[in-house]
Amino acid sequence: MTIDKELVNYVAHLARIELNPQELEKLSNQLRVILDFINKLNTAKIEDIPTTSYVLDLSNVTRPDIPKVSLSAQEALDNTKFKEGNFFIVPKIIE
Amino acid sequence: MIEPCTLTAHELMRRLINKELSFAELLTSLKNRIRLFDNKINAYVRKNDVCSAASAAEISPSGLSIPVSLKDNICTKGNNTECCSKILAGFKPPYDATVVAKLKAHGLPIFEYKLNMDEFAFGSSTENSCFGPTRNPWDLERVAGGSSGGAAAAVASGEAIWALGSDTGGSIRQPASFCGVVGLKPTYGRVSRYGLIAFASSLDQIGPITKDVRDCAFLLKLISGYDPLDSTTKDIPVPDYTQSLDPWVKDIKIGIPKEYFVKGLDPEVKDIVEEAIEFLKKLGAKVKEVSLPHTEYAVAVYYIIATAEASSNLARFDGVQYGLRSLPKEGHSHEPRTVAMYKKTRGDGFGEEAKRRILLGTFALSHGYYDAYYLRALKVRTLIKKDFDRVFEEFDCIVTPTSPTVAFYIGERAQDPLSMYLSDVYTISANLAGIPAISLPCGFTKKGLPVGLQIISRPFNEELLLRVAFSYEDNTPWHTMQPYLKPPQEDFLGELRG
Repeated sequence: MTIDKELVNYVAHLARIELNPQELEKLSNQLRVILDFINKLNTAKIEDIPTTSYVLDLSNVTRPDIPKVSLSAQEALDNTKFKEGNFFIVPKIIE
Repeated sequence: MIEPCTLTAHELMRRLINKELSFAELLTSLKNRIRLFDNKINAYVRKNDVCSAASAAEISPSGLSIPVSLKDNICTKGNNTECCSKILAGFKPPYDATVVAKLKAHGLPIFEYKLNMDEFAFGSSTENSCFGPTRNPWDLERVAGGSSGGAAAAVASGEAIWALGSDTGGSIRQPASFCGVVGLKPTYGRVSRYGLIAFASSLDQIGPITKDVRDCAFLLKLISGYDPLDSTTKDIPVPDYTQSLDPWVKDIKIGIPKEYFVKGLDPEVKDIVEEAIEFLKKLGAKVKEVSLPHTEYAVAVYYIIATAEASSNLARFDGVQYGLRSLPKEGHSHEPRTVAMYKKTRGDGFGEEAKRRILLGTFALSHGYYDAYYLRALKVRTLIKKDFDRVFEEFDCIVTPTSPTVAFYIGERAQDPLSMYLSDVYTISANLAGIPAISLPCGFTKKGLPVGLQIISRPFNEELLLRVAFSYEDNTPWHTMQPYLKPPQEDFLGELRG
């Protein structure tokens, strides 16, 4: 696998981040160095080793299913000026 | 005269209760300090904003009323919380973080300015803040560490009495070490993360940054405990951590991991830490070398898992509901207008390190690379955790340097992300294993820069950490050292007085 500009551009598209040509160049070089370092993981012996995504022995944590007051629409809209009524305004999606 | 703001919280509480000091005097002392020195140190952000819903002035002062300063990623209702990122400019949370609610319930005021940090806690130097770097009070040319650099620098310089930071890979302990103060990362699940703007959900913990171990125990006790709003908190009783402050380490078994004393560790730091270990031995602790054989993989594992989780957590910053929204010019793009908005908003709003980490994490989770990177990292994480489990079968705690070096110069590592990542080499394993760790000052280099000692223990054993730390602190002078801050020129003072 090679980390080239094409791959980084594709990942940037997946992550929905616009990069200018200088950023693309710089980040491609840096990510190559970082992943070279990370590739040392290939030398770890991981046969039959389970994964750890969380360290706590908690599972299926639930709470009583009782309705409660939540954020009002107004509070939820307080942090944007792009709003109308109870809605966020976004660019037109359907032509 | 000793400025009240440079004292510990427990000493201030005593003075408030005995009426030797008033709350107003304390607040004035703190604000004067910030006015005099924060132009240089830059520990606080948005100091010109009119504040605030959570202002210290609003509470009714009592003996407990010692203002707590917060890192810019801990939500306070109606009060800007921006993670020092352009993309969250102007964000006012609609609720308080659980830790904030707990402090308020105990009558502790929340200080009105927030503390500087690396953007979204991505960094080890606070150079990645959109508000500029925090400077180290011990040497203004050097970094304060990160990502809670603002918190550590403020506590060290007397610009804060005490503070809360967050630690995902060392972000409390490393800056505490660089600035000569105490910082504790609790066990994963000890302190609620509700209202902490997420970086890596399986690693993040909020914790105290304080002037000594007693303040640390006190603050930890106030913020710990089960929270129905964070399903990863554990429902077990919270001990009174202040009861652990017993200077008694006789027969405590301490392991010294040989993998932490290798190439890359600054010789002066090594000498100072080894001296501290000798001292613990003199106090009666049983010290023996141990091995954590998978240590060499920790940085690599961390930078896959942390960035993968970050890339997912930061997907919410898309310009729709809050913060920055950048719209591309009409007809500019062949993509749907919403997608173009997401891309432009995130391209404009995220700083360089945030972009780097989101891309790395997205890559590690992407089709074709998921097994080779993310899944593999989760398995090696198990190996790292098992290393600790094995050592803790025999030992009570592990003692190491907090960081391989003292504070480095501003700009020194900024262009080399990998060298910056490697500065977390001693702290990240505790996050991967979910175990508690504390850093406390254990000496100074010839240049007068503080060195930190890290103590790590098994899950939910903060009491032992505090006891060992207190025993060391109680017998050494390091925590009483304060940096000399040169007052501004007289003419500037004149201007201030107006």
